[in-house]
Amino acid sequence: MSGASPLTPAQTVGPFLAIGLPWEAGPVADPGGVVISGRVLDGAGDPVPDALVETWDPASRAFCRCPTDDDGRWRVVTPPAPQLAVNVLARGLLHRLVTRIHFAPDPDDPVLARVPEARRHTLLAEPDGGGYRFDIRIQGEGETVFFAL
Amino acid sequence: MSARDDEEVHPPLDSPDYRSTRLRHPKEPLVYLPHAVAEQAGPQLGDLRPGPLDHDLTRQHAGEPVGERITVSGRLLDGDGRPLRDSLVEIWQANAAGRYRHRRDTWPAPLDPNFSGGGRCVTDAEGRYAFVTVKPGPYPWGNHPNAWRPAHIHFSLLGTAFAQRLVTQMYFPGDPLFAFDPIFNSVRDPKARERMIARFSIDGSQENWALAYEFDIVLRGPGETPIEAGH
Repeated sequence: MSGASPLTPAQTVGPFLAIGLPWEAGPVADPGGVVISGRVLDGAGDPVPDALVETWDPASRAFCRCPTDDDGRWRVVTPPAPQLAVNVLARGLLHRLVTRIHFAPDPDDPVLARVPEARRHTLLAEPDGGGYRFDIRIQGEGETVFFAL
Repeated sequence: MSARDDEEVHPPLDSPDYRSTRLRHPKEPLVYLPHAVAEQAGPQLGDLRPGPLDHDLTRQHAGEPVGERITVSGRLLDGDGRPLRDSLVEIWQANAAGRYRHRRDTWPAPLDPNFSGGGRCVTDAEGRYAFVTVKPGPYPWGNHPNAWRPAHIHFSLLGTAFAQRLVTQMYFPGDPLFAFDPIFNSVRDPKARERMIARFSIDGSQENWALAYEFDIVLRGPGETPIEAGH
C-alpha cells in the first residue's frame, strides 16, 4: 500500500514499570485455569526483579500480565491451552523479548520444528505441583529460545 | 513490513552504552516465526478496560499535582497508516521534579502527594488517545558519570495483533539531554529517533489551562480489519 508510515521505535520499560503496567486482575485470566509460575534470570543467573511477563493465548484470547518480585518470580493463571505466546519486558531490554510456553514436546508443531532440537527444552513448561513451572533465562547457559516476528 | 525493516527501526538489544543491556540481551540468534503464527489476534481487554478518569493523571488525588499541566494526545496507527481502534494505551512517568513514585527510585527530589504517575485509555474509532498530565522532569541515573535522562513519558501499546506489541518512550522537543542519553541514542537511525519526540501544538493548547503535545504512534504490520476485530 502506498503512504506506508515509518514505525515508532521501541524503548526499554525502565526500572519503574510497576507504576504503569500491573493491573490487579492482570495475573489471572481464568481463576480455575492452569497455574504457571517461574523466574526471570539474567546472564549472571541473578533474578530480574524489574521485569514484566505477559502470556497470550491466541485461541481464547486470554491475556495475563505479571510483574516479577524481588526474586524474579512471576505467576499467572490462564485457561488450558496447547501453547502460549509470551512477552518479556524489563529494564535493560530495549525491545520486548518473545518466547513460547509449550506443555508437551510435539515435534510436529510448526514453531518447535524451527527451533534447534537441543534448545527445544527451554520452551517446555515442567509440571510443578498442580501447575507448571517455566523459567526464562535471558542470557547464558540454558538461554531460553526467543523469537523474531 | 518485513522483519528486516523492523530490525532497522528498533534498537539492538545489545547496546553497550546502556549498561543494563549487558546481562539482559540474548546471545543466541532469535528464531524467526512464520508470519501466520506471528499475526495472531490480540488480547481481549476484559478486566483491563480503563475507568473513565484513568486518562487524567491530574485528577487521581485530592489536589492537583505541581508542575506544568499538559495534554498529550495523538493517533495509534498501523504501518499502512490505518487507525488501530479500541486498543489499550498505558503511560507512566516521573513527576515534575523528575521523581518516580517507586520504592527503588532513591534520588532526592520531592515526591508529590497529588501525583502517582500512571494513566490508561483506549483508542477511539479513529485511533485517537488523549491524556492530561504534568510535564515530567529530567533525572539523574547511574549509567555513567553525570548521566541524566531527558524528560520522557513511557508508553505501552497492545495494538490489535500479537506482533504489534510495543513499549516506547515519548520525549519533548528541544531537550538538551538528547545528545548524551544512551537509551534515546540506542535507536541508531536519526530519523527514527525523531519519531519518538512529540510535537508542541499551539493550536491544541488551551488558553489559561494547558500546553499541548501531540505524539502519533505507528505499530508494525497491517492491523485487523474491523470484521476480524469483532470476533
